[in-house]
Amino acid sequence: MRTNSLVKLIICLAAIVAVFVIFIRPLAHSIRQGLDLQGGTHVVLQAEDTELALVDEDAMQRVVSIMEKRVNELGLTEPIIQREGERRVIIELPGIKDPDKAIETIGKTAMLEFKDEAGNTLLTGTDLKDAQAAMNQQNGQCVVNLEFSDEGTQKFADATLENVGRQIAILLDGEILTNPVVREPILGGKAEISGQRDLEEAQRLAVLLRSGALPVKVNIIETRTVGPSLGQDSKDKSEFAFVIGIAAVLVFMLLFYRLPGFIADISLMAYTLMLLGTLKGLDATLTLPGVAGIILSIGMAVDANVLIFEHFKEEFRLGKSIRLAMDAGFKRAFTTIFDSNITTLIAAGVLFLFGTGTIRGFAITLGLGVLLSMFTAITLTQFMLKLLVNSKVVESPSAYGADGFVLFDASKEVKS
Amino acid sequence: MPKFDIAGRGKVWFIISLLVIVPGLISMVTRGFNFGIDFTGGTIMDLKFAQPVAIAQIRETLKPFGLDGATIQLSGASSDVATSTDVMIRTTDLEEVQRKEVMAAIRDKVGGYDVLREEKVGAVIGGELILNAVLALVVSWVLIILYVAYRFEWRFGIAAVAALVHDILIVLAFFSFTQRQVDSSFVAALLTVVGYSINDTIVIFDRIRENLKLHFRRGGDVVQLVNRSIYQTLTRSLYTVFTCLFTTFALFFFGGETTKDFAFALIVGFCSGCYSSIFIAGSLWLELRKFGGKK
Repeated sequence: MRTNSLVKLIICLAAIVAVFVIFIRPLAHSIRQGLDLQGGTHVVLQAEDTELALVDEDAMQRVVSIMEKRVNELGLTEPIIQREGERRVIIELPGIKDPDKAIETIGKTAMLEFKDEAGNTLLTGTDLKDAQAAMNQQNGQCVVNLEFSDEGTQKFADATLENVGRQIAILLDGEILTNPVVREPILGGKAEISGQRDLEEAQRLAVLLRSGALPVKVNIIETRTVGPSLGQDSKDKSEFAFVIGIAAVLVFMLLFYRLPGFIADISLMAYTLMLLGTLKGLDATLTLPGVAGIILSIGMAVDANVLIFEHFKEEFRLGKSIRLAMDAGFKRAFTTIFDSNITTLIAAGVLFLFGTGTIRGFAITLGLGVLLSMFTAITLTQFMLKLLVNSKVVESPSAYGADGFVLFDASKEVKS
Repeated sequence: MPKFDIAGRGKVWFIISLLVIVPGLISMVTRGFNFGIDFTGGTIMDLKFAQPVAIAQIRETLKPFGLDGATIQLSGASSDVATSTDVMIRTTDLEEVQRKEVMAAIRDKVGGYDVLREEKVGAVIGGELILNAVLALVVSWVLIILYVAYRFEWRFGIAAVAALVHDILIVLAFFSFTQRQVDSSFVAALLTVVGYSINDTIVIFDRIRENLKLHFRRGGDVVQLVNRSIYQTLTRSLYTVFTCLFTTFALFFFGGETTKDFAFALIVGFCSGCYSSIFIAGSLWLELRKFGGKK
């Protein structure tokens, strides 16, 4: 029993320390980093209603797919394009070399118009459903096939009826893309623009037409670019702060709680590993506030251990044996830990529901930190401490920090 | 038997807090906050020049663009005017085209640079951020009061939330006094303080609850009971604030420029959170007990 416990304890401690030392860096580095750490450009777009179209789900989906096309043109490795809220799209471009050009490409206002020779607008981008480049089977010419929406079909039929033999110009942002001649009225909602030099040119036109079918106006409301040198600098500095912070906490626990403090230190390492592992598992993005949150959570994670040990000391001073005092310490600390952490979790949960972007990420880190620290304290710390007590290697109360330094003796009465 | 009376001197602690909060509120109204572009909208360019530069030179370059009011300051590690190469320029919300012109002009007239950071925020987002944060705070207060009322009793809930509002006001006061920048990471810091403060207070209330069960057996009045509870949890309160301060001080001193204000908010918040849990929350609960039915 004795040696058994001791062996288990040593294996446990050695395993956690080894995993921590070997994997902490690679694990921390493998979590996806926010743009503020790795450098890059962050763009927030907002769709606005226009006279022609209101922002709705369909419009937003088109905005997203258009943005995906534009961003893909930039040829980046890991761009992120995602909806936020009802009318926003967030674009993240990590490691981009020329942010100005990227912002320009993304922010192009795509207003597509079909105009007659007199300059009257006949149709707009909303009337166009699709545009695809194709090779005409009969004559081998490269063409762009247009497909109109129901409303657009009617409008286009009217327009072509009135303009046979004349030109209908297609303009993107007032710039003429193509200016084909109407050969005959087109009533079926499908048209073909011929006269493209090659398939590539046809494709380019098709993409522009499709982007131009963007039904609503899209504004850039926020851009943030972090240069690679600043990102690296922030990363190095927060890493250093992390090491200093965690070292200070470890030394503190060791000094004030001796052996149990040592056990708590080992649990803290396990906690840090679990927190990072969960963040990685959730595919979370680590931003600078997120890192700050993690560093901070280490300070807070000790709290559960402190609560347990203080209860233990108190019970011990009341005359219980080490083993009984330890049991009572865990039992009494549990409700305290539970209630105090649930209230913090409530705060984190509400933040998650109401927050956006960074606040939300922060709420996840906070909530996870609370849950995991509670978990490690009441399982791992408890498990290892019991092994330690059972092994009976160390019996002296001073090794448990139970006699030595007493800041405030909770077992004594106070007088007001 | 140590002499120890905190709960009996509630008024003293309330006055000490008010000595910070009242000037804080006055400062918030008269001086306001140094809002970052997250709130006000605007453009920030953080540039690292190849050569040391003078602020006047940059201001001169910005003049033709009507950006006389821009904030221009040396940033980075070296704050020595003669050798500093890092400059932060903050202007109103610039259009993309205009920003490029400004940056080209700086390159022409002042010298070559690397872009460390470049941010543009439209004014819309800031308002939303405040609204969301306030909404989140209020909802979380209501839920915390409900939970604490369920697990403890309603007076504990009110007192805990009051201690929490106290801490938020103290942090806000300090940011108004020091005119440190208030941005979206400040909101995150404030919310952490909320999490810390409530946690800290509940630990003491939990002890009061535990002692209340023994109350009649042990005798003594409620004030003494609160004192006993505060005393019994004092070591824990201090140790926890220490470990949290270790990590935040590490962030403050060794973390990058961008996390400095964040860490500062946390340092103030943790100290205030610890103070309010020990000195304010219990005393407030005693005050609240004077109202409504005795339990």
